[in-house]
Amino acid sequence: MVFENDVEGIAKLADIHIQKEELAEFTSRFNHILEYFDILDTVSEGEEGEADLVNVLREDEVTPSLTQEAACANAHETEDGYIRAPRVM
Amino acid sequence: MVKEYFFEEADRTNAFITRLDLAMYEETGGPLEGRGIAVKDNISTAGIPTTCASRILAGYVPPYDAHVVTRLREAGAAIVGKTNMDEFGMGTTTENSAYGPTTNPHDASRVPGGSSGGSAAAVGAGMVDMALGSDTGGSIRCPAAFCGIVGLKPTYGRVSRYGLIAFSNSLEQIGPLGKTVTDVNTLMSAIAGPDPRDTTAYDRPYTHTPSGDIAGMKIAVPDEFFGEGVDPAVAESVRTAIGRLEDAGAETLTCSIPSMAYALAAYYVTCMSEASSNLSRFDGVRFGPSVETKRSWHDEFRDHRGALFGKEVQSRIMLGTFALSAGYYGKYYAKAQVARENVRRDFLRIFKDADIIAGPTMPQIAFKLGEKSDPLSMYLADILTVPANLAGVPAISVPCGTVDKMPVGLQLIGRHFEDERVVDAAFAYETGVA
Repeated sequence: MVFENDVEGIAKLADIHIQKEELAEFTSRFNHILEYFDILDTVSEGEEGEADLVNVLREDEVTPSLTQEAACANAHETEDGYIRAPRVM
Repeated sequence: MVKEYFFEEADRTNAFITRLDLAMYEETGGPLEGRGIAVKDNISTAGIPTTCASRILAGYVPPYDAHVVTRLREAGAAIVGKTNMDEFGMGTTTENSAYGPTTNPHDASRVPGGSSGGSAAAVGAGMVDMALGSDTGGSIRCPAAFCGIVGLKPTYGRVSRYGLIAFSNSLEQIGPLGKTVTDVNTLMSAIAGPDPRDTTAYDRPYTHTPSGDIAGMKIAVPDEFFGEGVDPAVAESVRTAIGRLEDAGAETLTCSIPSMAYALAAYYVTCMSEASSNLSRFDGVRFGPSVETKRSWHDEFRDHRGALFGKEVQSRIMLGTFALSAGYYGKYYAKAQVARENVRRDFLRIFKDADIIAGPTMPQIAFKLGEKSDPLSMYLADILTVPANLAGVPAISVPCGTVDKMPVGLQLIGRHFEDERVVDAAFAYETGVA
């Protein structure tokens, strides 16, 4: 069971701004779904699988890739071939 | 030599987000030369907008082709456009699209299924013979069943995911949809193959000619596929279809998949958790509508995602964030991984005695538009398709009759890397009834 203040916290953690008036709707939606997820409580302890997997690695060598121009083509603000982002601090 | 392909078919189902009335193809002598192919809008196409049916990717034009698109071009295909879908693949009806819903080619008041609904509707309406989709929890098989066409979810790792805009990496595969099993087989041959850019892709090319000889094939029929929530008329159609496979020489046996009790919950916890991480890249900096760079990162990031992601996508990112957060990880994500392993083991156990598992693709015929307005009731419709994704095994949906004049899909699931056998079983059914 989650409450509106929990949903506010989750939204903040997920970096999604939700409107105050949407909180009640998201909260009831989440409770409905989380209640269904409770069925996972019936899963007895076991192993997580995938023991037969192998890592795929290669040498750390520079290989052909996108040009700087192509990589910046979809960005709205660029400067000297770099992408401009909002300030972090 | 480059040639022109005129794509003039009217789009009465809203199957396309972007269409190219004049598509180009190369005379390569390949198996798809001069054939028009539609591509789901979450698969990157250089120079052709790719939106995932989301406002957050409006205007994005990929600078590179997905591996499957490179292979299509090499095979001589003309890419005629990008098809509608549920935003980022999150939905079962193609109603969760920023570009409006796609309708079912058999009945405009019904959904085409999802999330590859545009691809299935384009094939079902006869606009193209073949299309690419992606299947995370049934997103190829469900719309194939609802639109009366064939759709294959390949074995996990059989087709490169390079250039597929990720929603849930450990579950999703790109796969073919087509009017016939032969078309699906042809498209599968073109797209499967090694790719060093996807480390989960195996070097297992697909070169197969479908065979309808299924004498002695062992087909297991799980009780759970005909249980509560499955429309009795749909169940009857599918049982009749399985009877046809017996007539063609297959032997049937009953089986049980006890892990199906919690498979759907395990699926949703897993895909939401993966989505919460994958979708954090949509920050408005590198692609899509831009953010204001004068404000601080988190303020801008938050408003951008609040305004441009649809409600279902926001909901899944938040629930995934919650399922991975301290204090809840053990209850949700960790349990879901144990459940997932149990599903895989159930399949491996059944596949010791059987070559194929058969049942309905979907528990019902195509829903009416707007019928599944409650998210959980929409999720429950995926109960028969998600087990194959959790286990990573191949599964196909082939049309097997109608209920209330709407198509029903027969689902055939096979062992890992036995996509060929799954195709053969579907081909035997298709040719047996034709």
